[in-house]
Parts: sequence; C-alpha cells; structure tokens
Amino acid sequence: MTFLLEPLTYQFMQRGLLASVIVGVLCAVMGTYVVLRGMAFLGDAMAHAILPGVAIAYIFKGDLLIGAGVAAVVVALIIGFFSKDGAVKEDTAIGILFAAALSLGVALISTMQTYAVDLSHILFGNVLGVSPSDLWLIGGLSFAILLIVAVLFKPFLVISFDPVLAATLRLPAELLRNLMLVLLALTVVVSLQTVGVSLAAAMLVTPAATAYLLTRRLLPMMLVSALIGALSSVIGLYLSYYLNIVSGSAIVLTATLFFLLGFLWKRMKSI
Amino acid sequence: MSHTPHRLEIENANIGYGEKIVMRDLSFQVPHGARVAVVGPNGAGKSTLFKALVGILPLQSGHILIHGELLGAHKDCVAYIPQREDVDWRFPVTVDDVVMMGRFGQMGWLNRPSKMDKQIVRKSIERMGIADLADRSIGQLSGGQQQRAFLARAIAQEPHILLMDEPFTGVDVTTQEVTLHLLDHLRNQQVTTIISTHDLNLAASRFDLVLLLNHKLIAYGTPQEVFVKENLAQAFGNSLLVMENGMMLVDECCPPEEEHHRLHQEPPQS
Repeated sequence: MTFLLEPLTYQFMQRGLLASVIVGVLCAVMGTYVVLRGMAFLGDAMAHAILPGVAIAYIFKGDLLIGAGVAAVVVALIIGFFSKDGAVKEDTAIGILFAAALSLGVALISTMQTYAVDLSHILFGNVLGVSPSDLWLIGGLSFAILLIVAVLFKPFLVISFDPVLAATLRLPAELLRNLMLVLLALTVVVSLQTVGVSLAAAMLVTPAATAYLLTRRLLPMMLVSALIGALSSVIGLYLSYYLNIVSGSAIVLTATLFFLLGFLWKRMKSI
Repeated sequence: MSHTPHRLEIENANIGYGEKIVMRDLSFQVPHGARVAVVGPNGAGKSTLFKALVGILPLQSGHILIHGELLGAHKDCVAYIPQREDVDWRFPVTVDDVVMMGRFGQMGWLNRPSKMDKQIVRKSIERMGIADLADRSIGQLSGGQQQRAFLARAIAQEPHILLMDEPFTGVDVTTQEVTLHLLDHLRNQQVTTIISTHDLNLAASRFDLVLLLNHKLIAYGTPQEVFVKENLAQAFGNSLLVMENGMMLVDECCPPEEEHHRLHQEPPQS
C-alpha cells in the first residue's frame, strides 16, 4: 500500500497523475477516430507541427499551451484546405506542412540559447511540472473535447463509416471533418505537458489500436481504449517514479505492452 | 401512370468532375413509385448519375427536383446502396449498427433510438433474411450478405426514392432473389426505385421504365420502346452484335472476374 501511496504524498505527483490520466483517456478516445480513419500520420504530424507555435509563444513570453493550440488549429485547417476536393492528397498535404512547421519551429528555436531544457520538456513532456492552472486548463479542454465527441457520436460515426450515407442524410461532412481535425489538434496540445509532442502520437494510436483488437463495436472500442489509456498513464507514472525514467516514455512503453498483450490474445483466439 | 404527378425530375443536367462533363444535357422524369432500370455500356456515366441524384456530386448546370423541390430540400427521402469500395469493411460496426444508421435522419442526431426505431430495424433485417447475422461484424459477412445488410438499412430509412448501383452484379443467387422480392415490396409501398444493371433481360422483364445512357440520354421509356436495334446500336456501338434471327447480343458485362473469364472461354469442342 505504501508502495502505491508514497508517491502521492507529493502534490506535484498528485497533479501529474491526474493530468496523465485525463490525457490518457482523451488521447485514447480521439485515438479511435485516428485509428479507424487512418489518421495516424496526421496525428504525428500535428504533434510536431505545433512546435513553431510553442517557439513563438516562448519568444514573446506567452503561454506555451496557447501558442501550441493556435498553431495546431491553424495547421489542421490548412491541411483541410489543401486536401479539399482532392486538389492534393491528404497525406501529401500533411507531409508538406509537417516538414515546413517542424523546420520553422527548429529555426525559431535555434535563435535562442536557453532553450534546451524547455525544448526537451516540449518534446518528451514534463508531467511533474504540471501547475494547478495547467491542470485546470488540461481538465477543462479535455472535458469540452470529450463532450463534443459524445454529442456528435452519431454524425462522426456516419462520416467515418459511410460518407455516402452522410451525404444522403445531408450531414455537413466537410464541417464535421474539419471539426474532427481541430479536436485532434487540441488533443495533441493537451498532451504536450504529459507525454510531449514526440510521444503524443503514440498515445493517440496505441490504446485505440489495442481496443480495436479486443472489441467489435465503436462505443465499446472507445471505452476499452480509454481504460487502456488511463491504466497506461497510472502504471507508467509509477514506473517512472520508482525506476527513475522519463514519465512520457514509461507511459508509452506501458501502452505498447498492452498492445502486445492484446495482439497475442487475438492471435491465440483465432487459432 | 401518366396522370400521377412526376415525383423525380431531372432538367437539362450537366454532370461531371471539374472540367470533364460525363453526362450532357440529361432530362427525364420518373413518376411516383415507378421502377426504372438504368442501362448503358461501362463508363457511360451511370454511377455518375447516381452520385448526382444522391447529392454527392453537384450538378454543373440544370436541376434535380424531388416532389417539385430542389434536391436537398427534403431530408432523407433518398436512400442509396453504396458501392463496395465506398465502405470501410474493417470498421467496428455490427449489422444491427449499420441498419440503425438508416434511422439516424429521422430520430434526430442527438436522440437515442426509440422503441419504434428498434422495431423498424428488426423488421428490415428480418425482411432481408439476415436476422441470424444481426450481431455479426459487418466485415465478417459475405458480399451478398453485406449487400442485404445495406438494403435493410435503406428500407429502414423509409425513403421515397431508392437508388441501387449494380445490385445484381457479383452477388449470390439468394441475394438476387431477396433483392427482387424487395423490389416487389417497395412497389407496394409506392417507393420509386432506380437501379443500374448490366442484365438487359432483367431490365426488360422486371422494370416499368428503362433509361438507356451513353454520356447522354439515348432512350427513355418502356422496355419495348427502348430495346430496339437503333437505340442499342447507338448506346453500345461496336459491342452490339445482331444475329440473323433478330436476336441481339451485347458484349458488355461486368460479372465478377472469374465468371467474366468463363464467358469468354471457347465453347467445349464436341
């Protein structure tokens, strides 16, 4: 028991744990769409594309999360704009913007000297540095995103599964698709603090991919994914505390272990 | 039927993608509750026409009127059986989920399915003879069973107009039978059905009207009026073969690959 409770005597650990679980659940739920709609590349790209926003916010001493948020939404909308009507294939548009934004971010960062520590926090997360106001922001944004996903469950299901039905039912598919991109971008921003931009994509894809192996319907898939995301965050954070390893890595590795177990289970079942 | 008001009217429609016009100056009217077979060679623009009727492909000019109003004014009165490649078969949905999607338009996007919705879904599934598959993942079904699941969804939608693109191609005999039965049922329900097919026999025997297309309207009317040599020659060109006894053959078919090869094999030597 003390094994479990000891870390929680520190307030920063309490906040870190809470933030990790919230982000774990949020990424896992949004991740179901990422996995089902084949947007894994987009998730990864978006995570890296917010770098210039963070850099600019840093230069102007603004809030890093807000800088990241603005950059993510802008990038999401630009991707949507370029790939609209199939002018450029979506993955091509993503590839171009991903590289451009990353280069811009690195270029901005290279103009500064004291950036090393913050850069590593942005890349790999700094879950133990979650301030009370960060936690409020993470909690509030996550709640809002999950609420929208819950309310728009049916429209998102239809545009993902059968775009033609979406058209016959007169759904504003274009608008919903852009909204989904914006929600995905915000999810990446929220996970900036806990797992960092380089590992956010893993938290989007891995729990959802595991849940896909274990379930046959969308809602159960989301719930199982959320459970795996939350468990990975808790277990990963304890591992990071006792083994003294980077928390983001510990969380992602735990999620990967769940995936391997799910994969083996599926294999055993099908034999 | 001529005294009932026209329920679906296409007026001077140009349909295409970007610069390319696939269907030129198309005009025809479909009376309420009629069954229309859409016939023409491969690439004649049948699927393109369907996309326009569904509203996925905007017209470049002209109008589509349903009950005298522009397409889109009436919600969910057009149901469409999507082509196989438009659907993600690995998506985690059961047959029951798929059919319930047909009710989304009427139940409202924010509401939960009512008892009536569930009842309609169950009946639709039973009518298509796949009640025992209701809890299966859509990806586990055979091609014919998948088509029946989508037909069940289309009737659960309770549409006024049902569009089917090649429902008789590449499916098992049971599915063909069930689909034909469904057509009879829909006629009793006064549902207009518009179906593209390569089976000219079927078009002649089971449909009220035939729409013969090849990038434009070649002929439109009863099968007797449409299926004459001049029209078919105009639509199918060189792939039409007229036998001495007056029989006409069209070498234009897209059955599944295997069957295709079989049809083109030399007859066994005797």
